[in-house]
This record gives sequence, C-alpha cells and structure tokens, in this order.
Amino acid sequence: MNPEIGHYALVLALGLALLQTVIPIWGAKVGDAALMRTGSSLALAFCGFVMLAFAVLTVAYVQSDFSVQNVVENSHSLKPLLYRITGVWGNHEGSMLLWVLVLAIFGAMVALFSGNLPATLRANVLGVQGSVGAAFLLFILLTSNPFLRVVPAPAEGQDLNPILQDIGLAIHPPLLYLGYVGFSVTFSFAVAALIDGRIDAAWARWVRPWALAAWAFLTVGIAMGSYWAYYELGWGGWWFWDPVENASLMPWFAGTALIHSAVVMEKRDALKVWTVLLAILAFSLSLLGTFLVRSGVLTSVHAFATDPTRGVFILAILILFIGGSLALFALRAPLLRQGGIFAPISREGALVLNNLLLTASAAAVFIGTLYPLALEAWDGSKITVGAPYFNLTVGALMLPVVFAMPFGPMLAWKRGDLAGAAQRLMTAFGLAILAGAIGLYLHGGGPALAPLGVGLSVFVIIGAIVDIAERGAVGRVPLATSWARLRGLPRASYGAALAHAGVGICLLGIVAETSWNSERIAGVKLGESFEVGGYELTLARVEPRNGPNYRDLVGVFAVRHGGVDEGTIESAKRLFTARNMPTTEAGIRTMWFSQLYVSLGEELPNGAIGVRAYWKPLVTLIWIGSVIMAFGGALSLSDRRLRVGAPRPAKKPRVIEPKMAAAE
Amino acid sequence: MLLWTAISLMTGAAILAVLWPLRSRDAEVGSAVEADIAVYRDQLAEIERDRANGLIGEAEGEAARAELGRRILRVAGEAELLRPQRSDFHRRTVAVIALVLLPVAAGATYLALGSPQLGGQPLAARLEGAPQQNDVAILIRKVETHLEANPQDGRGYEVVAPIYMRIGRVDDAVRAWGNAIRLLGSSPQRQTGLGEALLSQSGGVVTADAKAAFQQALADDPSDPKARYYLGLAAEQDGKPQEAAVIWTRLAAESPADAPWQPLLRTALARVGAEPPPPASGPSAADVAAAQAMSPEQRATMVRGMVEGLEQRLAQDGNDIDGWLRLMRAWSVLGDTAKAKAAAGDARAQFAKDDGALGRIDALSRELGLGS
Repeated sequence: MNPEIGHYALVLALGLALLQTVIPIWGAKVGDAALMRTGSSLALAFCGFVMLAFAVLTVAYVQSDFSVQNVVENSHSLKPLLYRITGVWGNHEGSMLLWVLVLAIFGAMVALFSGNLPATLRANVLGVQGSVGAAFLLFILLTSNPFLRVVPAPAEGQDLNPILQDIGLAIHPPLLYLGYVGFSVTFSFAVAALIDGRIDAAWARWVRPWALAAWAFLTVGIAMGSYWAYYELGWGGWWFWDPVENASLMPWFAGTALIHSAVVMEKRDALKVWTVLLAILAFSLSLLGTFLVRSGVLTSVHAFATDPTRGVFILAILILFIGGSLALFALRAPLLRQGGIFAPISREGALVLNNLLLTASAAAVFIGTLYPLALEAWDGSKITVGAPYFNLTVGALMLPVVFAMPFGPMLAWKRGDLAGAAQRLMTAFGLAILAGAIGLYLHGGGPALAPLGVGLSVFVIIGAIVDIAERGAVGRVPLATSWARLRGLPRASYGAALAHAGVGICLLGIVAETSWNSERIAGVKLGESFEVGGYELTLARVEPRNGPNYRDLVGVFAVRHGGVDEGTIESAKRLFTARNMPTTEAGIRTMWFSQLYVSLGEELPNGAIGVRAYWKPLVTLIWIGSVIMAFGGALSLSDRRLRVGAPRPAKKPRVIEPKMAAAE
Repeated sequence: MLLWTAISLMTGAAILAVLWPLRSRDAEVGSAVEADIAVYRDQLAEIERDRANGLIGEAEGEAARAELGRRILRVAGEAELLRPQRSDFHRRTVAVIALVLLPVAAGATYLALGSPQLGGQPLAARLEGAPQQNDVAILIRKVETHLEANPQDGRGYEVVAPIYMRIGRVDDAVRAWGNAIRLLGSSPQRQTGLGEALLSQSGGVVTADAKAAFQQALADDPSDPKARYYLGLAAEQDGKPQEAAVIWTRLAAESPADAPWQPLLRTALARVGAEPPPPASGPSAADVAAAQAMSPEQRATMVRGMVEGLEQRLAQDGNDIDGWLRLMRAWSVLGDTAKAKAAAGDARAQFAKDDGALGRIDALSRELGLGS
C-alpha cells in the first residue's frame, strides 16, 4: 500500500480532530443538537483515519518499504515478522502514532457507548477528546512524522534497537498507552463538566468504568514493563525508580485514587470537586510521563531519539492542557455543588484517607523525579535521587494505605464502626501474625522488617477474603443463604476484593524478593560449579547459535538441588549484527513462585566467563499480584449495574420513522 | 492516479462524517435534568434489587431511598439550563467548513508535507522487479546477495566496488577492491580503485597503504595517469613539492592535450608553485618542444595525428564551424586536397541551413583553391 495514503489519512485526521474540537462544543454552547451530534461521527471518522494511517505504516514495516524513512531507521528485512510489526511503535514517531491511535479508539468508544449520556455532556467530552487528538497529531505531523520518504530508497534498514526486539515490545507499550490514554477520557469528562458548570448524576457512573479500564491497563502495562526489564536487562532488578518508570507510576497513583473517589461520588454524591481534580491530575501526569519519555529530557532506552524541538512542542502541549484544565478548574470548581456529608470513620472516610495517601505518594514520586531535572535546568548541578529516597517516602506512605485497606470495605457508608470492623478482621490479623512467624522461622537471617512485611501482606490477602465472607454473612446464616447472598453480590464487590488481594500478593512478592534474595557473581570456567540459593549450577558447555539477525553465545548450566539433578538453564549473550549491539538473554527457571535467574557477563581474560546468578524467592508474585489487581478492575468494570442501570433516553417514535422509511 | 483516487475518496468520507449528523431536522436536545432523574430512578431500582437479594438491610435501604429522593427533588428544582435551539445558520456554517475548508486545508497541508510523486516500494517487489537503472541500492543488494553465496566471484567485487565509492560506502569499497585484487590479481584499474577508496577513507590523505596501491598500479602500467597523479599528491603531502611538480609536469606533458585530467594537473601544479603548461587548446608547450626535437617525418606524423584527432572530434560533434574551417585548412596545408574537399563537403552538409557558415566555408574553399 502506498505510504502516502497513510500520510494523507493522518492529515485528514488532524482536520477532523480540529473540527471535533470546535463544532460539538459550539453546539453545546448554543444548544444546537445537530452540531452536537457531529461529535460522534467525527470521533468515529477520526478513529477510522488514524487506524488507516497506522495500518499503512504497519504494512510499510511488514513489507520492508525502505522508501519510508521511519522504516529504514527502525527495521531490517531479516527481522522476524513479529518484530517487524512491533517495530512500528518501537521508535519515537511510531509510538506517538500508537498513542494517538489509542486515543482515537477511546474517543470512538465514547462516541459509540455514550448514547444515553446527556447530549451536552457528550458533545463537550468529545470536543475535549478531539482537542487532545488535534494537539498530538499536530505534534506528529510537524516534528515526528513517520511518513517522511527517502529518495533513493536504501536496500536495507538499520534494524531496531536490539533490546526492543522482544515479545515485551508487543505487550508493554500498547498496554501502557491504553492506561495512559484511557485517562484522557476521564480528563475529557472532567473538563466537560467544568465547561458546562455542572456535574450530571450520570457523570460519576460514566467516569468510573473509563477510569477502571485505564487503571487496569496501566497496572498490567507497568507490571509487564517491570517484568520485561527484569529478564531483558540481565541485572535481575524489577524496579529501578528510573524516571521513566516513575512517569508511569505517578498516573497510577492518581488513577488509583480516582477509581476510589469515583466510588464515593457515585454512591454518595460527595467528593465531586476532588474527583474532577483527580481526573485532571491523572491525565496530566500521563501527559507529563509522555513528556519525560518522549522529549529526550531523559536518556534511557525509552527515549528513542532526542530532538529539542520535540521537547519544546510537547512542553507546549503539556502547558496548554494541564495549565488550561487547572485554570478552568480554579474558575469553575466553586460553581460545583458539594454533595453528601459523612463521618470521619466511614467508608467515605477510609476512601478519603486512601486518596490523601495515594496523592501524597504521587507527589513524592513527582518531586523525586523532577527535582533533579529542575535543579539541573536551574544551575546545571547534577544530583541523583535514588532508590533510598523513594523507598522511604513511598514506602512510608503506602504502609498505612495497605494496613487500612482491609478496614475500608468493612466500614459502612456515611458512618462506620471501626471496632466492629477490627473485630471481624481478627481472623486475618491472627493469620498474619502466624505468617510473619513462619517467615521469621524459615528465613531468620533477613531484615527485621521482613516478617512484618509478610504479616502485612497476608493481612491484606486474608482481609479481602474476610470482606467477601462478611458480605455473604458466612457462618452467621445457614450455608444456603450465604451461598445465595454470595451469588447475588455485585461483581464490583468481588472485583474490589480481588484487587485488594492482588495488592497483598504483590506486596508479599516484593517483601520476599527484597529481603531474602541471594546473589552470586562469579567467573566460571567450563565444568566449574557455584552455588546460589541452595542450587548448585555447573557450566556444562558454551556454544554459539545463529538466529535470523543475531548470533547467540549460549551458556548451558546444569542445575542440581540437594544432590538431585534438576535439568539445565540456558543463558545467552546475543549480538545483533546490524547494529553490532549485544543484549543479555537471561536464563530463568521458575520454581513455584520463585525464580532462579542466570545471566552471562563478559568473557574474562583467563578464559572464564562472568556469570551473575540470583535466587529470587516468590519474585513472580510481584507480577502475578499486579495482574490479579488488574483482573479485579476488569471484573468490577463488567459489573452489570454499570450497564443495566444506565439511563435510557426516552426515544420518540418519530425518530425511528425516517429510518424505517429509508429501509423501505 | 490511484493515490489521487484514494485521496478523493478519503476526503469524501471525511466530509460525509461532518455532514451526516446535520441531515436530520430534529434539533431536540434531551434535557439534562431528565437524564439526571433517570439515573436516580435506576439507582432506586438497584436498591430495590439489592434489598430483595438480602444484600442490604431494610433500614439501610430505607435510608438510601430517602437520600435518593432528596437528590431527585433537588434536581427537579433546578432551572432548565439549556434551551433547545435550531439554526440553519449553524448548519450552513458547518457545511461550508466541511465542504470547503476541510478539503482545502487538508490538501494544502498534505502537499506541503507529503511526497505524492512517490509510490510504495515494498522490498520484495523491488528485489523481484526488472533491474531499474535508478534503483542502485537494490542492484548493490543483489550483487551482495550473490557474493554472499559465491564469495570467490572476484568480478562481482570488481563491479560493485566503484558503485560503493559513488554512493559513499567507502569502507565497503576498500573491502571490495581488496577482494577483487585477491581473487582476480592485480591490475592498474583495481589498484588505483583501491588506492582512491583508501584515500577517501582517510579523508584525502595518501596513506602508506594507498601509496602502495598506486605504486603497484604503476608497476603494472607505468603510464597510468591516475596512479601518477596520486603519487604526485603523496609527494606533496610528504612535504616534497618539487618532486610532486616533476611528476605532474611529466604527466601533463605526456598526456593528450585534451585529457580530462589536464585542468586538475594545472591546479595542482599552481598549488606547488610550478609553471603550469599552456592551456589545453592547441599543442602544449611540451608537445611543441617534442615536435622541435623530431625528424620531419616524425613531425609530420605527429601533426597528422593531431589533425586526425580533430577530424574524429568533429565526426562526433560537428557543430563547430571554426573546427571545420581549421580542418579544411590543415588538410590543405598537409597537401591532402581530397580530404580537405571532403571536409568542406561534410561541413556544408552540417551547416546546410546556416547561410553565414556556408558563406565562410565557400570563402575558405575559394581561398584554398578547393573549388566550390
């Protein structure tokens, strides 16, 4: 397919996005239904053209059309098909296009599934959504155009950054963008409400599913990014407090706060202004993340290219949307009527506590990430804010959040009974102490806080189970009644419990991995053995292997545990020939939830090969817990009440008549 | 053509997306208050369901119902914020934007950014397609693929090496020339090719390797002008301008006057402060000096050679009236009247439509007594 078609589709999409920004909001302003209706068709057309552009670029990659600059710079004809496809977004231009594609899909979904939303709200939401699309398309076309051509076309491309030639690239960025950009919808809702000067009753119940969807995607996206870094970088670390990681963590904190405050708003009509602010903040932090990653302010594997004009452009977008929405908020928020009142000890109170601590965490990460950048911009001095700062601040803030987590769902709305909740959580508390003791017994050598951490994790997991059991009144009423009650429980309740349990599971993984992991760095010759975490590894052989566009040097290790043969682990150093760049392909053996991790280093002068080996107890729980969290979000999202309960507009027969006439 | 069809269709679809919602005359806006109340009604129904399932108690249900009731009352009391409007002015404005502004702006933006003259060039199609003259990259790639399979094919390297040089892949050119020499043996052309590639690689410095290549070329063919020129350059870079001047002066003297490298030599000689030979038109000073040292027979042969050179040049490109007149006069002076007449005839045929030129040819014919 001719790449020019994609280029024109992108230009046309920009035009449509600009119209989508202007016409529906104008219609809402003057109360013209026809104008407001254009929002939906424009959003759909916008999505269609962006999809077309993306498809054309993908075809160019698959067919290795080296007359397209972007393909030349990031592809290679020998690359396997999967990486030719993922290479589309494995670079700056393409990843921005993916960003806009996700935005367009969300916009189209709003257009499709908002039939029962008040017309003005829908028009304003789509208008704001269109403005975000227009800004980013303008950015793409002017500074990061993936459709620029080269004459004459080279016969071969420069290949994709080897670190990105991994299945992770197929999963991590799309999920992360679904999360980042998903918050654009809640942002649009918030700004639309501010433009309108009133918040409809439907507002919260419309915002919550979008926030949940975005949050769930973001959760999995971050987790997958973490796992990818874990196995690809060869250092066995799963979180580095790297600014790019922090950039995704900030909107996650804000989004987590948002899904909780939206509950309060939906159920109790309270915290309206706060929820609007959170919706703005969540997306603002997503934009900030995009800025940090895409502007080249940070140099990392994510900053595919650095170009000052891009940075300035994104900064302008940032200022326009964050500044604009916050200004609008300052102007209009006082007009929004505050809702229901509640006692400090209540479900609402617990959620407010959660919100405060989560936003404080976001602020802590924000400061730790941006302070060094600001300082460097100010007087050129370079400082590093590292793991100790983040562990201390975020850790201290998350500890009460996690501890309070099981209490929240136990409290009643409006006014709750803390003592009662504590009583019901006694089982969880007892089991937590037991788990801590077991941890202490098994791993006496670890840090003193480790058993406490294990106890806390178990408290949260059991607390989630207790929550569901309490709702079913298990043990207090006959079993059949409990069963009926449990079956009648809304999926949102199960979703919440599952997500909370996921937090506990994730925390358990974090505590176990950081406290009790063991590491071994050794220079090993053929036939030599070393021991890590109770496993004996022997370097059995080293052999070269050839891949399609790389060469592997594979080290095969025989694994023995307690004298029993446990098979082999293969770990490789991979050299990508086109860029002459090496990557490590760590050998990982999963045993239950723990992992044995082996990565190859340099060959040493004495003929030995450098090996880093780690024993990581329960490490997989970190990602399993995250996926469970996201799954809980998805379950809550599928709650029937969000669909059946949505208002249906009273359609008059004469609306249908013209359609029937057309059908005849 | 296909591209423009696609662009037209896409533009049409985009315009339709704007106009479609405008077609209906129905301009009624659902009331926001109605929507709110509908939401509260749904919430009431949900409370009922939960109570029926035993998920919430009687009292809790009652409290929730009371609160929802309060919300409904409050919303119902709010003034209607929106008065539905219907305006043909709005529709017309939007229609004009969609029909005129959108296509014009999109078209102009695309023409500014895009490359409509280029088609898609999938690699497979380029590799399979007929070898086009202009797709050098693909030709190289094909040769490379061939050489990967037949690494002992020296001719392949020899073919691809100059192309590498032309597109600036100097390192590859060095390798290719090296392979060509290894497989096919040394030749002046290959050695100078290698030398030039090495020269580009080192940014214009005649390195020891490059010098060795040029010397080898000269060993194979002592008259090779390229190798001699670059060896002169090597001498200049070694800080021996006199030596360079000697080499270049001899090269200039021994080369035909119209050799393409003569201007280059003059510049080089001027650079090292040597006397550049006289301009290329006419015999060079060296030629004249050589001619004076010759026997009359030799001189005649040399002059004859020069005249034949002129004749050949005019046979290829006859549009030079002065050249023709010089040729007629030369043959006449050499005593070859037949050839002089033939030249006059050819010149007349060449300038059949040019009266001024014909006049000059006739005048010279008369002067030389060739008849007319």
